[in-house]
Amino acid sequence: MDITAAKYIGAGLAMTGLIGAGAGLGILFGNYLQAAIRNPSAAAGERVWLFLGMALAESMGIFGFVMGFIILFVKV
Amino acid sequence: MAAIEPMEQFLVSRIVSLPPVRIPGLGLIDLSITNSVLFMLIAAVLISGFFLISARRALVPGRMQALAEMLYGMVDGTLTGAIMGERGRAFLPFVFTLFLMIATLNIIGLAPGGFTVTSQLAVTAALAVMTFATVIVVGFARNGLGFFKLFWPSGVHPGMGLFLMVIELISFSVRPLTLAMRLFGNMLGGHVVTYMFASFVIGLGLFGLGGAGLAKLGLIGSAVSFLMIVALMALEFVVAFLQAFVFAALTCVYLNEVVNLDHGH
Repeated sequence: MDITAAKYIGAGLAMTGLIGAGAGLGILFGNYLQAAIRNPSAAAGERVWLFLGMALAESMGIFGFVMGFIILFVKV
Repeated sequence: MAAIEPMEQFLVSRIVSLPPVRIPGLGLIDLSITNSVLFMLIAAVLISGFFLISARRALVPGRMQALAEMLYGMVDGTLTGAIMGERGRAFLPFVFTLFLMIATLNIIGLAPGGFTVTSQLAVTAALAVMTFATVIVVGFARNGLGFFKLFWPSGVHPGMGLFLMVIELISFSVRPLTLAMRLFGNMLGGHVVTYMFASFVIGLGLFGLGGAGLAKLGLIGSAVSFLMIVALMALEFVVAFLQAFVFAALTCVYLNEVVNLDHGH
């Protein structure tokens, strides 16, 4: 197989890692909203952890994205 | 027609070539002023200039002083204060500097013609290693060999505890890597996606203008891509501040683990 074709396929496969990131982020924000609607006065206190959790969950997807770019653009 | 090169915007190029310097132990180091160095200098001058202008001691603060006080209050309140407690006050300058520097570097990269310094893995890795080294040094300075209590889970069977300790050690050692990659990946991804949509604007536009009949739909595609760029730039501004906040917040969390080791771990 041509090396460029293999690179494109590899990059496309690496992007499937973002499925998990999207699912995780949706769960995270959904839980925060559910709890915030039940207990609005406590919601503001936990906002720091919301953003922290969001960054940590999103970073998994971003690692996959960066791997895809490494596969695609790093000259071997 | 020019090729679509999404990675060309991240090339580091020399602006002022200086002769390489030989540092014992590291070899020949090229100290030229590159575009990366230039934008780091611009960010440093902006931040220092802002504080020089706004650090008045007026009892009733003017606008600049109020902004500076708001920044200090935010970092003290939601970062070091909330996460580390009273012992965190000592780390406020470090966390404040990290937050402001990363936020400024990210925002400058969004301006037209700006180079995103934090999209260089070398820069984010340096920041992450600084944080990690601070955590280790503070951990050993405050707790001595009790630092290793951080990895021992409490109240488990010793065999299970050994296995968990290995996992904890690995997850601790991976922290600088994830810190660096998170900031790097966010900045890289944001700029590459914006570039790709910009290339769609031009590509579809040229296609729509050049062809006939149904090809005119290319112009609609071009307009939609342009709106997408507007939305992406708004997202990029949010991500710029958010990633700076998250880097600083994670620094606080890691420092809290070693600083308050005897307290509520």
